[in-house]
Amino acid sequence: MISNSDDRLVMQPKSPQPRKIKLRNPSLSRYMIIGVITSLLLITGYTLTHLNSANVRVGEAFRGLMMTLNQMFLQPSAGSDGMVVLLQALGISLLLSIMTTVIGAVVGFVLAVMASKNLTNAWLGSSIRIFMAVIRAIPTIIWVLIFSIVCGLGTNAAVLGLSFHSIAYLTKAYSESIEEIDQSTIEALKVTGSKFWVIVFQAIWPTIIASLVSWTFIRLEINFANAVAVGAAAGAGGIGYQLFVASGMSFDFHEVGMIVYLIIAVTILLEFIAVKLRKAYIAK
Amino acid sequence: MLEVKHLEKSYQKDKPALTDINFSVEPGTFVAIIGPSGAGKTTILRSLNQLIKDDGGQILLDGGDLRTANKTQLRGYRRQIGMVFQNYNLVERLTVIENVLHGRLGYKSTLAGMFGRYTEAEKQEAMTLLEKVGLEEFALRRCSELSGGQKQRVGIARSLIQHPKVILCDEPIASLDPASSQTVMQLLKDLTTEFNIICIANLHQIGLAKDYADRIIGIRHGKMVFDEDSDMLSEEILETLYDQNVTEELN
Amino acid sequence: MQTPVNYLARKHWKQTGTIVLIGSIYLLSSWILKFDGVGGIAAIPKAFSWLGVNFKPTANSVHFLPSIWQKLIGTVMLAIASTVVASLIAILVAILGSKVTGGSSLVQTIVRGIASFFRNIPLVAWAMILLFSFKQSDFTGFLALLLMSVGYLIRAFMEIIEDEASETMLALKATGASYFQVIFQAVLPQIMPSLISWILYMIENNVRDATLVGILTGTGIGFVFDIYYKSFRFDAAGMTVLSIIIVVIALEVLSNQIRKVIL
Repeated sequence: MISNSDDRLVMQPKSPQPRKIKLRNPSLSRYMIIGVITSLLLITGYTLTHLNSANVRVGEAFRGLMMTLNQMFLQPSAGSDGMVVLLQALGISLLLSIMTTVIGAVVGFVLAVMASKNLTNAWLGSSIRIFMAVIRAIPTIIWVLIFSIVCGLGTNAAVLGLSFHSIAYLTKAYSESIEEIDQSTIEALKVTGSKFWVIVFQAIWPTIIASLVSWTFIRLEINFANAVAVGAAAGAGGIGYQLFVASGMSFDFHEVGMIVYLIIAVTILLEFIAVKLRKAYIAK
Repeated sequence: MLEVKHLEKSYQKDKPALTDINFSVEPGTFVAIIGPSGAGKTTILRSLNQLIKDDGGQILLDGGDLRTANKTQLRGYRRQIGMVFQNYNLVERLTVIENVLHGRLGYKSTLAGMFGRYTEAEKQEAMTLLEKVGLEEFALRRCSELSGGQKQRVGIARSLIQHPKVILCDEPIASLDPASSQTVMQLLKDLTTEFNIICIANLHQIGLAKDYADRIIGIRHGKMVFDEDSDMLSEEILETLYDQNVTEELN
Repeated sequence: MQTPVNYLARKHWKQTGTIVLIGSIYLLSSWILKFDGVGGIAAIPKAFSWLGVNFKPTANSVHFLPSIWQKLIGTVMLAIASTVVASLIAILVAILGSKVTGGSSLVQTIVRGIASFFRNIPLVAWAMILLFSFKQSDFTGFLALLLMSVGYLIRAFMEIIEDEASETMLALKATGASYFQVIFQAVLPQIMPSLISWILYMIENNVRDATLVGILTGTGIGFVFDIYYKSFRFDAAGMTVLSIIIVVIALEVLSNQIRKVIL
């Protein structure tokens, strides 16, 4: 039986080395990680210590919050509006999100094809990309408010605002998927003399369909959340508006609870469908 | 000495993955486990250091049973058993020497290990081992910059710095090109003799197993069908071991 | 019988079907929602000309510039603070709940449930509930963004750990290293770049969401925009939008540069 002591290995250096053995070379990536973490923590520290708490007693506020949450989640009720009105409003929000996702997907796909580096000329591509980056930078809610200046508060503003952001988002997502396609697939069809849009629908579309579906459903989930938000913050109707009225005007937190449960049910349903679809397409 | 007695394992009821595995290995021996895919090679290897919990039997390392060890004892056994993986399983973002030093973690206090405080002696030893596997120049490189064969040699150095009695190699050359495979196999063979350790490797390549291993164990459907010196391995045995028709009949 | 000919025919019908489906979804929802497509398209150039007109600084809007930027920087810092605190919570919870590093399957299920719950409660609901208890203060915005981000980040971090750290985790476990040694020496160094990449993405996102929360809770840049908007000072509102665009794009460019270096 052999012993497991250290002397089996060449442990002792022949001459004692004067300098310590380094474990790492300095690297930019390491400094960057440390730098980013440090600055984020510093900003956080500064912000939290300078937070304007408007003289709110935090302990008391948390107790109030607990009471509100208790009313919401343990005693939900349809309130003065009744279940039918709430379900109708929920349907409108869902429809709004589906419609704007469809618009976003169709327009976004066309723009993505024109913006992808491997399909189009650099000038057109980069101008679309920059334009979309600007549109994405404006929050959805502000788009809705801008559109409500030019066409009045209501459905039109909500649809346009949500669609705009969806188009910009999906253009970026789709064109990233398109750019991952192997160049040879495209070239193979190009040499047959096929027209541009024929190549798009015969080679590109089938290749990226799985990621297209995946991104579109992610956007549908985002759009549903946005539809709720827009309803509340811009008064554009739907379940978001009901939520705003119940929580900000009539202070009926039992109803808020019911509304939140309804919204959660829809988002979980959307998530479920998305997972199923993704699996189905990956299996193909 | 490593002894395995009556090792059993099943992942699903009534579908045994391993049945009655028995063997014992003396120090200084290089053992290759061969057999078709899904025969249970990986299950055997990972049971030996209890990364997979088996269902019955004994695994004795110098007389102590790993299977009945408590958590602390098991960690003690594990540091005496090095492991080399098919995909190297290195922390790609850390340097070569840091990855080698990971093999010392089992010997350190939790706190010293958490923050990666190693003694100069340990660092010196890491350098010596890197020299042995021919990578001393790469000590401060990130592992992600290395080739597959080099990564595997880092993996071997990591297992050696544990001062192991046993090294388990789970398909050590399955992701390597032929030339690197030869280098790695030769290295494992030399180290087995030099440090007088037990080396057990799962292999797909029968040729390399015959060339480098001292002893070969053949596994089929979770049962040992062959356990002899490597020069005893004949074509007939290989045919029964890998015969497709027989496989289908048994299923 | 599946022949190539009828396979292609079926594919053709499928394509036609998809186009019809998309068209009918559009028409049906326009009808139910009373969306006026023609008017909508006409509104697009009007919206851009509105932006064009109001992006031009006027004597009046330049006057508002310092207060706009002060609020905007405050909003960005709030978004950063909420993301960082959320990340610290999320990484702890994700380590507890991931399949690779986590506790028992009961713990994992509970963590997944909590993450999903926080993620699915709409931001609007958080903002309004918190507004009721915490009034019109920065704290309300901070908590709303925090609670929302925690849910997202827990899920993202768990996926990162499961994708990137399971193999090294196994290797270090086999050396006899203890749980905390494995977490600190293998899991965290391995996932750090992806982690930071997600945190940066969440900050960008939270700056945009902070505008929404601000409009609802009367804080930050959202509040400023809302005031200008409701008092018809469109030049100042336009200036606010322009400032938001600049900051969001600057943040996006900055985080892309950081990602390039660390990944």
